[in-house]
Parts: sequence; C-alpha cells; structure tokens
Amino acid sequence: MARKLNMRKRYELLTRGLGWEPTYQPREKVFSNETYEGIKITDWSKWEDPFRLTVDAYWKYQAEKDKKLYAVMDSFAQNNAHLNVADASYVNALKLFIQGVTPLEYAAHRNFARLARQFGGEGAQIACQMQSIDELRHAQTQIHTISHYNKHFNGLHDPFHMFDRVWYLSVPKSYFDDASSAGPFEFITSVSFAFEYLLTNLLFVPFMSGAAYNGDMATVTFGFSAQSDESRHMTLGLEIIKFLLEQHEDNVPIVQGWIDKHFWRAYRVLALVSMMQDYMLPESPMSWKEAWEIYFVENAGALFNDLGRYGLRMPRHHEVATAEAEHLSHQVFGIFYNYTHAAALNLGLPGEKKMDWLSEKYPNTFDKYYRPRYEMWAQMAKEGKRFYNGGLPQLCQVCQVPMAFTEIGKGDPMQFSYRVSEYNGEKFHTCSDGCKDIFDHEPEKYVHAWLPVHQILQGNCGGATIPDVLNWYHFQPEDSGEYAGSADEIRWKAMHGKAAESTQDAA
Amino acid sequence: MSDNKVFMIFQDTADARPFIEALTQENPAANVVHQPGMVRFEALGKLGITREVVEELAGREIDLQEMHLTLISLSGNVDEDDDYFRITRH
Amino acid sequence: MTVKSIQGEYPVVMMDSVERFHGNQLVYINWDHHTSFCSANTYPLPPDMPFGALTAEVLPGVLGAHPDFPQIQWDKVEWMLDGEGFTPDMDKSLKDNGVGHKSLIRFRTLGLKGYRGTGN
Repeated sequence: MARKLNMRKRYELLTRGLGWEPTYQPREKVFSNETYEGIKITDWSKWEDPFRLTVDAYWKYQAEKDKKLYAVMDSFAQNNAHLNVADASYVNALKLFIQGVTPLEYAAHRNFARLARQFGGEGAQIACQMQSIDELRHAQTQIHTISHYNKHFNGLHDPFHMFDRVWYLSVPKSYFDDASSAGPFEFITSVSFAFEYLLTNLLFVPFMSGAAYNGDMATVTFGFSAQSDESRHMTLGLEIIKFLLEQHEDNVPIVQGWIDKHFWRAYRVLALVSMMQDYMLPESPMSWKEAWEIYFVENAGALFNDLGRYGLRMPRHHEVATAEAEHLSHQVFGIFYNYTHAAALNLGLPGEKKMDWLSEKYPNTFDKYYRPRYEMWAQMAKEGKRFYNGGLPQLCQVCQVPMAFTEIGKGDPMQFSYRVSEYNGEKFHTCSDGCKDIFDHEPEKYVHAWLPVHQILQGNCGGATIPDVLNWYHFQPEDSGEYAGSADEIRWKAMHGKAAESTQDAA
Repeated sequence: MSDNKVFMIFQDTADARPFIEALTQENPAANVVHQPGMVRFEALGKLGITREVVEELAGREIDLQEMHLTLISLSGNVDEDDDYFRITRH
Repeated sequence: MTVKSIQGEYPVVMMDSVERFHGNQLVYINWDHHTSFCSANTYPLPPDMPFGALTAEVLPGVLGAHPDFPQIQWDKVEWMLDGEGFTPDMDKSLKDNGVGHKSLIRFRTLGLKGYRGTGN
C-alpha cells in the first residue's frame, strides 16, 4: 500500500516542485525587479512557509467562508437588519470604511499579484498569490456587505471615484500609492509587515468591534470572515521580515529604514480611524488611546524584542505616536468638523454622554483642551452660526493630512508642528519629524505628490468654487454637513415611525 | 511586560469548539479570555494542539487546516504538519 | 538620498511649482493658539498684493468666525515669516515683504489665546 504523503511533503511537491531555473532567458531578466532595491537574496530555498495551504485546500476553505458570509448577508437583507443599528449616525463609520479602506484592499490585490510575479522563490510566490486573491475577496465582500446600506443611506454610492480625488481620501491613497510605486521588497515590508502585522489590529478592531457594539451584524460577519485570512497575512508579514534579515546582513539597514518609513505613514493613516473610533460610534467599545496601548505599545514591544536578535529596533518616532495617543482623535475630529461641508459623511458635535465618556478615557487632555472647543462650537451652532472653516487647509506634503498635529513632545499641545524642507528651490511643508524624515530621504517622490488642496487651486478639480469641486467628487448635496437635520437622520426617523424632528444630542 | 507572549484567537462558534477545547486541554498554563464573539488564548513561549485530541473532541476525522474557517488572529512563529499546529516565540 | 529606480534616473516633476497657479502664489497663514481652525490655511494670492490687504480683506473671510477676531489690534500683532520673526510693511507687496511661493506666515495676538484662553 502506498504511504500517504504528510502535509510538508504534499506542499513541497505542489509548490516547490513547480518552479524551475530558466534557460531561454537569464534569470535576472525573468525576475527583473529583485535587485534594484539593494536587497540581497542568496538562497530562496531557505524560505519557511508561514502556512502550508495547497490550492485545493485554499479553495475549499475560502468557498466555505464565502457561503457562510453570503448566507448572513442574504438574511440581513431579508430582515431589513440595517434597522437594528444603534443609530443612523453609526453608518458614517461605514462611509469612511468603504471610501477609504475598500479601495486599499483592491490595490493590495493588484500589488500582491505583482509580487507573486516578481519574487523569484516559489514559496513567496504562492503566499503572495493567495494573498492577492484574499484581498480581492475582501474588496468584493466589503462592497457586497456595505451595498445594503447604500440602498438606505447617503455617501456610499461612488467610493472608488471619490478615493482618487477627495481631500481626506488622499491620505490612504497616497500611503498605498507610495508602497505600490516602490519595489517588491519595500512593498511587502510596508503592507505585510508594517500594516498587516504591526498595525492591523488598529484598523480592524475599531471598525469590527464598533460594528458589534452598534448592532451592525453584516459588518461583524464580514469582519470575522476576513480575519481568518488576516491571520495568514500576518504570518506572511513576519516570515518575510525574518527571511530578509537572515538572507544577508546588508538587508538589515534597508529593512529598518522601510519599517521606520511605513510605520509612520501607516500611523498617520490610522489617525482617521482614531477619529472614527472615538467620535462616530454611538456605543463605544474602546478608546483610541486604549487600543494603541494594547495593540501597539504592548504588542510591538514584544515583537521588536523578538526581532532584536536580527539587529532591528523599534520604528523611529514610535514614542511620538504614543505621546499623541491622548490627542490624535480629537485633533482629527477637529479637521472633519471644520470641513463637514466638504466631506461625504455627516458629523455633529459629541453629546453630553459622549463627552463624559471622552473625559473618562482622556483624563489628561479632553477637559483641558478639547471640551472648551466643543462648548464654543455648540454656542455658535445654537446662534445659527455653525462653525465651518471657510478656507482650504495646509496639507502635509507626505501624509497629506491637514497639518493639525501639534508639538506634544515639546509640551505645547495647542501649537501646530511645522517642519519645512527645500528641494529644487521650492519649499515643502510637513507635519512632523516623521514626515519630514520621509520627505528628506526621497524628495523626488514627494514633490510629485497630487495634493488635493493644491490641485483645487490649480483648477484641476472641476472648478473654482466648493460646489464645483464637490460635484467633481461625485458628492450629492445630502452626503455632507451636520448629522442633525440630515437626510440620513430624517430617513432613519421615518423608518422607525418617528416624526422628522432633528436632535442635537445624536450621540 | 511579557516579552515572549504568544496568542491565538478563535471565533466563539460551534465550528471552532473542538479547537477551543483542544487548546484549553493541551495548554494548561495558558490564559483564556472570553470576549464578545471570540475566545483568546495567551501563553508564554508556546501554544499548540494535536490532531488526535481535536478529533477526539470533535467526534469525527479532522483536518487541522479546518481551523482556517474560524481562526481570527495569532501572534508567534507557526510550525505545522498534519498532526499538530503550534506557535512559539523565544 | 534619491529614489531607487529600475532603470535610469527617477524623474523630477515639480507638481506645485508657482507657474501652475495662474499668476498666484501659495501662502500658508495661521493664527497661533486658535486651533479650532484645524490647521494653517492655504491661500492663492497675487505676489503683488499689498500685505495690508491680508488683514483687511483676506483673513476676515476665514478667521472672522472666531469670537476673538473682532478684538484683534493689528498694530500689536506679532508676525513670523518662514520661521523668523518679522515686521511686515503693510503698504508693500507680499513679494517685497519677502513672502514667496509656499511661504508660511504665522501671527500671534497677545492676550487673545483662543476661546477662554484655552488655545482654541
């Protein structure tokens, strides 16, 4: 009787056995992107597969996950379960998600396919190929899940068009474009390690626990369905780093530089999530500060302790990110409150209950620095002069967030951080040492940035007025502005059989 | 600070039950935390399960890779074969 | 340090060079300790515009919403241009005051430090 092959052997035959040394063309021509970044791979056979899934097993389990997920989506639609969310104001978290995160999933799909082609080792090719399909699955399942909400709420109708144009969406877009226009090794360090391993919980947990606490069964189910893919992605992220560091000592400073850069860029993107977590959820599972403490300070500490033996250290400026944890969400909320008229989501001031929660979660900062701001704005709204910023913001050249971050490290949290560099006789402004370092290291890349505010002023965004620009963004008038009195709020009340009167205390 | 902490998190569902019970049984030193919709296992240095134990708990033949249906997250270095799955950190 | 490229030199494209702004230059202006305005603002301004037009016409449109604004005594304001203290000549142009493309102007109003002095 033939002996059954074990998992290792099966996997080896179905993956390694399918590679070969090219003879019609030189290897360097077939894998033309492997060396230009300076990374040295001496032996691809040293690759340790993070998971040993052959394609037949992969399809079987992914199909099973999809069947279960789509059954829940059908049930959600059949039962009008969108009526069970805590409040329609919660749906603004989903608007941010479909506009700002789903296009990243699609971009990840494209890039992992590129990596599957460009890496010379079969183990890495297989892992990247599966991740490419996973990411496409995530983009599709997110679109399917959130499309139900699109039938009932505004701002969800054209996310991919908005992603390429809208001012706050250039934050995730520019981050991912930065990685996409880098070589394969930088890309995988950025996305698989810095994002999918180091920081993934700071994206996923806020959105998914936010969904759970606010009655959004569809998104919770999507989240669990995707998380099992994410565990494979995380393991790939860790494996690629160890592999690169073990392959050649010359790789260590290059990889460290990429970790420094992409940790900081991803952290700045997560600023948008911090605002969602603290201000957009009627029921709040956890504050940004708490999440940062658990998922970065503790986890990253353990991780870099482990990686220390390879010569890696914690990412540069991580202590700034930790110091900012008590301010970040409030400063970003300030940005969106200033510009609610130009965003495809509805936002209002936090109500009393939410402010008490914020006081409790941020004992050192909320009452001193941010509650007074909301009192002033509430007074202005009461007088019929709801505050909007009538100008365009100054954007950071690198992270592209309006320059709302402050000199917390210097003990001056109400003083904006200004950094400036000169290149080719022109000035370039950045929001922090982290972003300035990134600019100064590769200025040719960032002088090439498509900054939304500058593009508007160049006349490239549909016209000279805000309505022209919003039209070019494919916004509908109902997409923007105060939550109180919005079309979403009116519809929500009608759905629940209540009279259409607005409330100031939506949270 | 526990520098060599490893963890595995499973969905709290019927499909995950044999894996959750095997983890509990085979890792007595692990800390088990129940959170909404999920069960989290934390330990110092290592966590692991064997196919034999999972099958006994499930009452049927098990392919350990079925865990891909209900695994939410893990932290540690993966080592797996047909008969076992473990994560470690030094 | 330059960007690594697969072949040749990475192209340098200055996406925000001054000629792209139809005769204007970009000027960033911020009122220190008034962080309820979430950041400095970006203004497209003619380089020949007199500095005094900033305080008389441009800034009121954006900053006027703040309760502190009507109380500003412009002759007591402290100015910074591109990181250095400076005293603008209100009658001279931006250009002649040394305000170039993408210059950063900051001003402070002593005694007015935001809503209830909280920096907001």
